[in-house]
Amino acid sequence: MKVAVIKYNAGNIRSVAFALERLSVEFDITDNAEDIKKADKVIFPGVGEASTTMHYLKEKKLSQLIIDLKQPVLGICLGMQLMCSHSEENDTPCLGIFEETVRQFAYRKDFKVPHMGWNSLTETKGWLESGLEDQFVYFVHSYYIDVNPYTVAVTDYNKPFSAAMKKDNFYAVQFHPEKSAKAGEVVLDLFLKVS
Amino acid sequence: MLTKRIIPCLDIKDGRTVKGVNFVDLLDAGDPVELAAAYARQGADELVFLDISATNEKRKTFSSLVKKIASHVNIPFTVGGGISTVDDVAPLLDAGADKVSINSSAVNNPGLIDQLAKTFGSQFVVLAIDAKQVDNGWEIHSHGGKIPTGKKLFSWAKEGQERGAGEILFTSMDHDGTKRGFANDLLKKLNDLVHIPVIASGGAGASFHFAEVFTLGNADAALAASVFHFGEIKIPELKLFLKNHQVPVRL
Repeated sequence: MKVAVIKYNAGNIRSVAFALERLSVEFDITDNAEDIKKADKVIFPGVGEASTTMHYLKEKKLSQLIIDLKQPVLGICLGMQLMCSHSEENDTPCLGIFEETVRQFAYRKDFKVPHMGWNSLTETKGWLESGLEDQFVYFVHSYYIDVNPYTVAVTDYNKPFSAAMKKDNFYAVQFHPEKSAKAGEVVLDLFLKVS
Repeated sequence: MLTKRIIPCLDIKDGRTVKGVNFVDLLDAGDPVELAAAYARQGADELVFLDISATNEKRKTFSSLVKKIASHVNIPFTVGGGISTVDDVAPLLDAGADKVSINSSAVNNPGLIDQLAKTFGSQFVVLAIDAKQVDNGWEIHSHGGKIPTGKKLFSWAKEGQERGAGEILFTSMDHDGTKRGFANDLLKKLNDLVHIPVIASGGAGASFHFAEVFTLGNADAALAASVFHFGEIKIPELKLFLKNHQVPVRL
């Protein structure tokens, strides 16, 4: 099996690569359309700001390419947010794979923003059903997606939000499996096993 | 529920771990990569590596060490020490660091916070602040606590947040090395003032100090070095203790 990690200006590409190395998975970090299209699995990482990243993806002709992919694709953090229709972060139109809006966490006493640290997964189902209920994973984000029909794991921070989603061949996680110790390895492994 | 983070801090000099007691005396405490992997296995939530090497030559060694750490460790980690420009940061992030901490360089050039936040995102930027109590409040000290800067803690923390820091690592110099507990009253005020997470540092000597810093000080995370390096506090036992004291932790 060959995994393509989409190469762009995301901040966590190196960490994703190290995590795949630890799982002994063969992968390429690439922005070559043909290589991405013919990979068995595609990972769309993401750390950064929505509008600059969308601009970059369009410029590199990666945005339509991602939408058109037919194999399993995993969006991580900003990758998941960019798979939605729209982000409140600088009022950015996104890829529109999930018909959802990405919202900003409101500042409130005792709720720091960003939501940073280890929080638990609940209501896990679908591809995350086995062994992840109540497991802790690592989050760093200031924007979130409400619980919706595509949600396959819920996390609570001030309110419940989508920790993970799935639609057709698109898989997405708001947390960082590449930084989530054993639980994160389980998540990556489950994605690598989906057909 | 979001859990409170336990963060061992490793001071690195010439590729080895050291711990400054009250910022002056140094003791060797092991190989950083091994120590980091061991901490990750024990349940540390994050790690911080501060490079205290004196020369640029030795700093290059540091980024190759960062790469080794990143390939072996599956939890987030922050690196700091000697970062004064955007160009200093790129190789560290490239090597796999999740965040960088800046201290003296930010005091001397506050615009560095804005530049780093704009280039890499706020989540990469940890503003480390060392402060000491003076007659009329808490004064920021730079250069490993050696130079009083005239800047005040609360205004500097607020400014750092507004400039784009994603997190504050606060060390009370009055508590550091004493093993008599964290600066809880002050931390409570600091946590009420800013909306970004605060990592408390300085004063850990016993498990109940961690319970106090989370319940009385409202800290989001607590950092310590020697108590962990020398096995005086074991992380799995500390986390059980915290859980039994109603502090949410990842077990």
